Amino acid sequence: MTTLEAVSRTATGPRIGESAPRPDGVPKVTGSFAFSSDLHHDRMLWGGTLRSPHAAARIRGIDVGPALALAGVHAVLTHEDVPGSPTYGLIHRDQPVLASDVVRYEGEPVVVVAADHPDMVRRALAAIEVDWEPTEPLVDPELAADAAPIHPDGNVIRRVHLRHGDQTAADRQDLVSVEGTYEVGMQDQAFLGPESGLAVPDGDGGIDLYVATQWLHEDRDQVAACLGLPDDKVRLTLAGVGGAFGAREDLSLHVHLCLLALRTGRPVKMSYGREESFHGHVHRHPARMHYRHLATTEGDLVRVEARLLLDGGAYASSSSAVISNATCFAVGPYRVPSVEVEGVVVRTDNPPCGAMRGFGAVQTCFAHEAQMDRLAVTLGMDPVDLRLRNALEPGDRLPTGQVITGTLPVAEVLRACAGHPSAAVGPDDPMARPGGAGRTADVDDVVRGEAVAVGFKNLMFSEGFDDSSSARCVLHRGVATITCACAEVGQGFVTLVHQIVGEVLGVDEVVLAPVATTSIGSAGSTSASRQTWMSGGAVQMACESVRRELLARVAATHDVPVHDLVLVDGRIFSLPGGGSGDDYLPIDLSLDEVTAEAVEADVVHRHAPTLPLDADGQGDAHVSFSVSAHRAIVDVDPDLGLVKVVELTTAQDVGRVLHPLQVLGQLEGGAAQGLGLAVMEEVQVTDGRIRNASFTDYLIPTALDMPPVEIAALIEQPEPGAPFGAKGIGEPPAISSTAAVAGALRDATGLDLPRVPVRPDDICLASGSALDEAD
Amino acid sequence: MAGGTDLMVEVNRGTRLVGNVVAVDRVPELRGWSLEGDRSDVLRLGAGTTCADLAEPSLAKLVPALAQAARTVGSPQIRNAATLGGNLATASPAGDTLPVLAALDAEVELRSSAGTRRLPLDEFVVGVKVNALVPGELITAIRVPVLNGPQEFLKVGTRNAMVIAVTSLALVVDRPGRTVRVALGSVAPVPVRAIEAEVLAAERCDFDGMSVPPDEVVERFAILTADAARPIDDHRGSAAYRRHAVSVLARRAIRRAFSGVPSVAA
Amino acid sequence: MTTSEDFSLVVNGSHRSVVDALPGESLLFVLRERLGLIGSKNACEEGECGSCTVRLDGETVCSCLVLAAAAADREVVTIEGLASEEAVLSDVQQAFLDAGAVQCGFCTPGLLMAVDALLDTDDEPDELTVREAISGNLCRCTGYGRILDAVDRAASARRTQVTL
Repeated sequence: MTTLEAVSRTATGPRIGESAPRPDGVPKVTGSFAFSSDLHHDRMLWGGTLRSPHAAARIRGIDVGPALALAGVHAVLTHEDVPGSPTYGLIHRDQPVLASDVVRYEGEPVVVVAADHPDMVRRALAAIEVDWEPTEPLVDPELAADAAPIHPDGNVIRRVHLRHGDQTAADRQDLVSVEGTYEVGMQDQAFLGPESGLAVPDGDGGIDLYVATQWLHEDRDQVAACLGLPDDKVRLTLAGVGGAFGAREDLSLHVHLCLLALRTGRPVKMSYGREESFHGHVHRHPARMHYRHLATTEGDLVRVEARLLLDGGAYASSSSAVISNATCFAVGPYRVPSVEVEGVVVRTDNPPCGAMRGFGAVQTCFAHEAQMDRLAVTLGMDPVDLRLRNALEPGDRLPTGQVITGTLPVAEVLRACAGHPSAAVGPDDPMARPGGAGRTADVDDVVRGEAVAVGFKNLMFSEGFDDSSSARCVLHRGVATITCACAEVGQGFVTLVHQIVGEVLGVDEVVLAPVATTSIGSAGSTSASRQTWMSGGAVQMACESVRRELLARVAATHDVPVHDLVLVDGRIFSLPGGGSGDDYLPIDLSLDEVTAEAVEADVVHRHAPTLPLDADGQGDAHVSFSVSAHRAIVDVDPDLGLVKVVELTTAQDVGRVLHPLQVLGQLEGGAAQGLGLAVMEEVQVTDGRIRNASFTDYLIPTALDMPPVEIAALIEQPEPGAPFGAKGIGEPPAISSTAAVAGALRDATGLDLPRVPVRPDDICLASGSALDEAD
Repeated sequence: MAGGTDLMVEVNRGTRLVGNVVAVDRVPELRGWSLEGDRSDVLRLGAGTTCADLAEPSLAKLVPALAQAARTVGSPQIRNAATLGGNLATASPAGDTLPVLAALDAEVELRSSAGTRRLPLDEFVVGVKVNALVPGELITAIRVPVLNGPQEFLKVGTRNAMVIAVTSLALVVDRPGRTVRVALGSVAPVPVRAIEAEVLAAERCDFDGMSVPPDEVVERFAILTADAARPIDDHRGSAAYRRHAVSVLARRAIRRAFSGVPSVAA
Repeated sequence: MTTSEDFSLVVNGSHRSVVDALPGESLLFVLRERLGLIGSKNACEEGECGSCTVRLDGETVCSCLVLAAAAADREVVTIEGLASEEAVLSDVQQAFLDAGAVQCGFCTPGLLMAVDALLDTDDEPDELTVREAISGNLCRCTGYGRILDAVDRAASARRTQVTL
């Protein structure tokens, strides 16, 4: 051990690799943490939104007079009151701030009001008269491409073709073929903290907006455009976020609040109720997928064909990127020499869909893992062996033609998962059986099933997007102030910041500046499993820059060689017997005194560039990938179709564990969402209308539905180019978990179960026919 | 309003306006129970008895099926506030205690300034969220028999906690009386008694030895019970599923009751 | 036509006056918007998520389903009153922090109230008992794993405290 190592190891304070305490933990457990719905301002008014009750309709007229006449109502605004761009959007600016002549989904905002009390808001909304002419909604995604356009941009939001390798493999007659059609229903992010915010006019034509979101600067850009104001007049500050999971990437109430505040000259607060929240954000794309797998009799995958149809709903949101993801990862983490995938996302009058944790890979993982299990049965092979035989490795070429240059331990996560001893016990306790407190099953009514599934996707943005994150480190009198606009949504970025500063600067007094557009540039979105890499990397870069400058300053003022100096535990030392051979008095200075004059660094961190996909879906479009596997053990009551997931085991490719407890938190939380999609979560839409917009009937797992999550392995193979070698960990847990649970249900019941969420009817009233024949 | 667990949902949503409200959960006389009759075989439950109260061992021993139903209502927080009287007044087709009360031929006590009257359950819960209260009337108590025999309550929901019943079934056995009574929830506008199934059970079940009935009796019992259901399709389940589920629940309930296995108590 | 309400609540041991409340306001609304006690949360306002859990006369209830005026003069304990006077954090609050059971934190206050109530009646609950006791508290971030661990830690702390 060198002297430097010995010195490093004595350092205290939260470091990378430890389970450091959350800096926002105490406020969160004492109830003083201010979420966006907790904001309050003296003189504030309450805002509300009138939404379309129709999935499709023309608006012949809007009469706001009766609402304006009510006591306590201060403003009633329509599309005519939008001064700037009438539409907004993440990729395509196709979504109206307020509907003008048509509405394209149930819940589309039409009018916004501001009043003294929420009850008055309700009365005002009820008093508005809209002359609706309902029209026949376009609700079948299969018909959308050929139907009359429901939007000037057309009904096909994006089509992606992917063709890789020798396409004549399709005609080979010597191969085993397995086909299947699969469906994934519409899942909702169902974050607990409702959409909410507070807009405060500055009296000078500008506005301050406090809002819970995933990407502050993107929101600011869209809001400013809709308000017709320059950036410096539209200032966004991040309010406490009660979960996101993709649902806060799009604007919701942002422009509405600003319009009301600017019109009334008063602060305005808005907070959606739960039912309104279901209508107020995008959902996961429902998908219909048809696959054909061709393999040799020994089990080598030769060709995979897939047709993917995603229902994007009324507005584009991030659909273009979701379909790209789904297409690129449609095959799964397997070596397949010949691939053809056509992915299309269409526009309908159904609720708009966009980002949700997993971003297209959740849907295709469900399908490709079902296919692999079918193939294993057809070949008479063990399903894990089949997967291992075809597992991707670094150095392999993906269906996009990109070669995997980083790590990707597919076989390792599979083996770890499949080989992990199970701690599951039998369903002896009635409360532990399917049905729970309903006590519907006796022990003999229950059958158990088990399955393994694996899935992967990209980390961070793709296809040539110039992504970056900005950060600033100011070290003054021994205290490090970090400014970074990364949205903390619960994942623990704020904790990581402390750890990075501790690791790089040895400082444990860290202040996180408020997250605002006025103080720093964009950190990009808290999504795509990118923030540890991008914003963690930016903070690391800024701290390292400060460290270099600091040591240079001390070296200069004390006339010692800079490489003799170390920074540890808030002090700067010269190494004993410094390598320079020069003679000088040992240095031992406190950071406090050395930074009496602040040291500062402002950085922008980027990842290595990516390229767009060409017309055949080929290109080095992705930065990095991560793979995870799950094993699910389920108990099923086949006569009633009720399910209890007994155990979930997982192994994940994490690069490096930066915070053990936070890693667990992501793996357990993501698995819960995957379980939910497998057995209980679906936004039920009929004729474009949501039938279950409440927590009464949109069911997410309770503590009685969720089993323990066993961690079989956290594979730490440092990723080249990644700060600390760490990979993003947020999405993979939600990807292979759904597929594993579905596979286990098939194992227990012997049914095909080509659709998730699996409903009781699907199990106990199944007709028993497979959707497609295996050759 | 007692617990407010149904009413306040509507108030919060803005679909029900409140004017004058009497908080009857502050009336201690409404919350309590007593045994009546020469043989202490009639249980009088105050309307303010909460679901949590019903699940307590002292009451669970007397009416196990009611305790079991109460334990499936909502969440622990809901159960602390939700009352028997409230469940009756809301008169939801999916009200969890209602099938048990129907199977027990419960009697509802109502009081107003005009006096007291008693109604059998099926004359009190008369339609989807329609009860027989007249203005000025308060539900004060519910009377149920204390029976000697096993009781079962089974409830189907698509999650293992906090679910509205897709289907539910209550079965109570009166060994001395040699009757089996079966009531169904969420398969009709009001709780439904499976009368023909009850007749079969009275004829064919072994009330002395409590042995498991022969398979053909169990199957016939299940079919007759399912035939009594009049389910609809809705976003929680299809009519076909509900009818099928009823037959499964009936089969299991009768086998549990007549198997010598002790009744499931909270 | 609106009438208004004036009444008094006992919240976290203190008498608090509520003036000019509108009829129909829930206890949750009054706590948050009139008394400045934002710790209790409004994730669903229909009794399906438990984020608004408080203790009313010692029992856990969903404050969104309590008519505020009907709670007049009754004892309400919110998350802000969970810790005793002397300690900054109660055993359950500390346990949640130590176990990594807090992510976004929106479910946390309601959960802490439910767990505190559980441990009051049973300081050695088995896993199923814990899961049933918190089955009325939805969490979307954690999958409940670290929460179960936090309850274990808190139960252990509470048993030790009782013995001392």
